[in-house]
Amino acid sequence: MKEPKQLSVSAIESGTVIDHIPAKSLFKVIQILGLESMGDKQITIGSNFESKKLGRKAIIKIEGVFFEDDDINRIALVAPQAKLNIIRDYDVVEKSIVEVPDEIVGITKCVNPKCITNFESVKTKFKVISKENVSLKCHYCEKITDQEHLEII
Amino acid sequence: MKNRSLVSIDDLTTGEILDILDMATGFEKDPTRQLLDNKVIATLFFEPSTRTRLSFESAISRLGGKIIGFTDASSSSVSKGESLNDTIKTVNNYSDLIVMRHPVEGSARYASEIADIPVVNAGDGANQHPTQTLLDLYSIRKTQGTLDNLNIFIVGDLKYGRTVHSLIMAMSRWNTTFNFISPDELMIPKEYKIYLDNLGLKYYEHTDFTDIISRADIIYMTRVQKERFSDPIEYEKVKNVYVLRNTMLKNTKDNLRILHPLPRVNEIHTDVDVNKKAYYFEQALNGVYTRQAILCTLLGLK
Repeated sequence: MKEPKQLSVSAIESGTVIDHIPAKSLFKVIQILGLESMGDKQITIGSNFESKKLGRKAIIKIEGVFFEDDDINRIALVAPQAKLNIIRDYDVVEKSIVEVPDEIVGITKCVNPKCITNFESVKTKFKVISKENVSLKCHYCEKITDQEHLEII
Repeated sequence: MKNRSLVSIDDLTTGEILDILDMATGFEKDPTRQLLDNKVIATLFFEPSTRTRLSFESAISRLGGKIIGFTDASSSSVSKGESLNDTIKTVNNYSDLIVMRHPVEGSARYASEIADIPVVNAGDGANQHPTQTLLDLYSIRKTQGTLDNLNIFIVGDLKYGRTVHSLIMAMSRWNTTFNFISPDELMIPKEYKIYLDNLGLKYYEHTDFTDIISRADIIYMTRVQKERFSDPIEYEKVKNVYVLRNTMLKNTKDNLRILHPLPRVNEIHTDVDVNKKAYYFEQALNGVYTRQAILCTLLGLK
């Protein structure tokens, strides 16, 4: 009998692996990290893998790219359980989890329809007042946007 | 504080607030001084607010400053579709300080980031109105001799009232005891109660407006507006409950003073006006002195 053909997500030599992304948030993560404009970097993206924790998860592997904490933490709003593996020479040299940053610039809309950011082209800016159940205070109108109402721009 | 903007009362330290109040005391004694000679102040009122505008313009005029601006958006380039960004950038070239009132929340903070000159927020939608808060503090300190350890009763619309929320945040710096009197539909939002709890300050909530006011040092009245009620029957039930009448002041403390941000409709009966405890018109006058102090502080003038 013929061996079933199997496509596996191949290992990378050196770079970043982002695991445990909720499958539904994959494209938001791609957008937030700006993967479209990464030029000739090799990127492997897999989605809808089974996950006990998340149901369906996605994974992104980026060859030759190491993110700054501030940049990678921006995905925490849509993928709060994401795990990072830093790979060098095919070995995981560092593991970490994303952490919601203290300030969120851009990324999400202010929930207040009367906020200036919803009238004029102003980049949204929030102070994070709760990280567990994400709660953001708008720098402009001072109203609170909570997890339930997060809308990624 | 020179060349800083005043957008929210939280932008000020307690020391800075007291400095402004002290300076306002000086203006009360000697209100007409040419400190703004050769200064041009822009008053940009994107929505009409006659009372606030006149108060600012009186403050500027008494200091010898010149005023440019508009009194509502329809008489400005906004009606042609100009963005706030462009209006502020332009006016920034013509003046030394901008006073602005705008219906959109956060617009003053945004303007302060665009302008090189100080911006004073004269109300941005339901968000902030810091000069009102400062004149309230001035009135409280002047009538009570102190801001410490006072018992303040706030009556009416505690849910939506912008001046009420800012006053609570500001007075929480001075060990204040709060009594909140309102109909069920307009009770103080939970976030303010959590804030006071965290500071360990005492507050009490009441739906009855009765002789509990005998303990008050300050009664701060606000208007209960019909459009705030989802059920018109609820409004009919309460519309005459939160009205202050002269007879209710019989057993109140001597030092009690009654404040109101104005305009009043019927929530303070006109028979209160003759009582020496009625203070709302003097409060409005204090607004001129306080705004004189704010303008001079932000422009670094003494």
